[in-house]
Amino acid sequence: MYHYLEHQKGSKTNEDPILYDNFMQRIENGDKIEANDWMPAEYRDTLIKLISMHGISEIMGALPEKEWVPKAPSLERKLAIMAKVQDEMGHGQLLLRVTEDLMKPYGRNRQHLMEDLLSGRLKFHNVFHMPTKTWADAGMVGWLVDGAAIISQTNMLDASYGPYQRALQRICKEEVFHAQHGESIIMALAEGTEDQRKILQDSLNRWWPSLLMFFGPASAETTGSSKQEITIKYNIRKSTNEELRQAFLDKYMPRVFSLGLTVPDETMHYDDVQEKWIYQQPDWNEFKLIIQNKGPRSKARLKVREIAYSNNSWVREALAVAGGDRP
Amino acid sequence: MDKRNEALIDLLYQCADDDLLVSFRGSEWLGLAPHIEADVAFSSITQNTMGHAVYFYRLLQELGEGDVDVLAHERPAVKRRNAVYLEKRNGDGQYDEDPYFDWALAVVRGYFYETYKRVKLISFTNSSYEPLATCAKRILPEQRYHLAYWEEWMKQLQQSSPTAKEKIRTRIEEAWSLSLDLVDFGQYEQTLLIEGYINDPNELKQQWLSELQSKVKDLPTRPLEQVKNGRNGEHTKDLDEALTTLSEVYRTDPVAQW
Repeated sequence: MYHYLEHQKGSKTNEDPILYDNFMQRIENGDKIEANDWMPAEYRDTLIKLISMHGISEIMGALPEKEWVPKAPSLERKLAIMAKVQDEMGHGQLLLRVTEDLMKPYGRNRQHLMEDLLSGRLKFHNVFHMPTKTWADAGMVGWLVDGAAIISQTNMLDASYGPYQRALQRICKEEVFHAQHGESIIMALAEGTEDQRKILQDSLNRWWPSLLMFFGPASAETTGSSKQEITIKYNIRKSTNEELRQAFLDKYMPRVFSLGLTVPDETMHYDDVQEKWIYQQPDWNEFKLIIQNKGPRSKARLKVREIAYSNNSWVREALAVAGGDRP
Repeated sequence: MDKRNEALIDLLYQCADDDLLVSFRGSEWLGLAPHIEADVAFSSITQNTMGHAVYFYRLLQELGEGDVDVLAHERPAVKRRNAVYLEKRNGDGQYDEDPYFDWALAVVRGYFYETYKRVKLISFTNSSYEPLATCAKRILPEQRYHLAYWEEWMKQLQQSSPTAKEKIRTRIEEAWSLSLDLVDFGQYEQTLLIEGYINDPNELKQQWLSELQSKVKDLPTRPLEQVKNGRNGEHTKDLDEALTTLSEVYRTDPVAQW
């Protein structure tokens, strides 16, 4: 799963001009930057922000689906959704390791990231602040949320930072299975009883604004500032937030309609002249509140994470005393 | 149904229900383990264990007991044959709201259960019921890693901080008071033995205990106890809650395709 671009003031580039020019030359040549290579602070800070948010979103993103793991309606579904959530935790682990290498010069580690999450300094993706009310939501997260994630990650498969780019290659492959897993749940409901179709449509209606918000605002004016220009400059990503949203609509609107589903937006249509989807903007003020941990389930999910963290602190202390490798 | 068949079916329910409950409790832990690596490893074990439950339910399905999902989701507590210790809640609170789960319980239960399961599965490899022997041979190779995983946790925590040692000790005491029915084969034990479906239960129990004694410090010296015998369908309210949760969606429409 995934993140939009975080709002953050760009760090000032006050770097050695020769090193900086060499660095930019490497980026333009399509070289991959590695963890121990010289990099401008702005690049490092942007990556830390981006990848830590991505990693922590994977870990927070495990929670909404996890709510349905013990409840999944058949043994096969239980197994599939468990494997899926496990993958998300694995992605989180991979990404936090990438972040840890970047943070090393600042003397920070994974524990700091977890503390930043719990104190509200480190944000997690807007979709994971939303409630899951029915089994259809478990399918919706796999189908459209992971579908959106694939689109925004594919945008960075050639990212200039090697460790992130390689992590994304692997993550994207697994995300394709996740989207298929989600689609399989959705198909069963779409072809099912009247009640099953009803919870499916209801789920799409509730998730729709979050899905539009998924890619972040089109421009910095909407919510303050945006980092998309910086990440494009450093060849971390290619397309803008709006281009990604359009790609998502291109891919999924026909599928939504072919299942006989609707979206809660009467203005939604493809404009042949402008060659783009026309849609009603979601409430970006609500988006701002959500990512400040003021969404419907922000506090509850952080509380679960906080309990798991503090309640297990004796185990981490014990492992430090034992001094062995972590089992 | 003849008694041989009844006995066999009862045995398979014990195996299937044990693995189902262990994997259900494991699935509640998902995302909440002490660190991410433990989460990923625990989840693999849980998935394998649920897979084992499915093997056993399939054997029951083949014997005409009904569809695996019906068997897993619809049977009331009184029909369940899992050992009572395995249904015990992970700690306090609910997994999705306030999971004050205890890792010491997860470790002790994981270790006790997997140690016994290994002894039992090895004995099943020469069961006169061929499908059971085959099933045990399929499960054993991966189950080795489950046991090794919990054994490592036991070892580390027992050599660690006073808090960790005390928490493990308390959970061992608790396991001792609850797990006698784990090594019980229920009302058909004699038939199972005579038919060669199982080996001598006393021998299995001794093997299990000596395995524990060789690896675990400070085991109680008193005999194992139980509060109820799950093999006879006696259970606690923890099982009722577990069944309500695991069948919550299924029950909204048991005949629908999900």
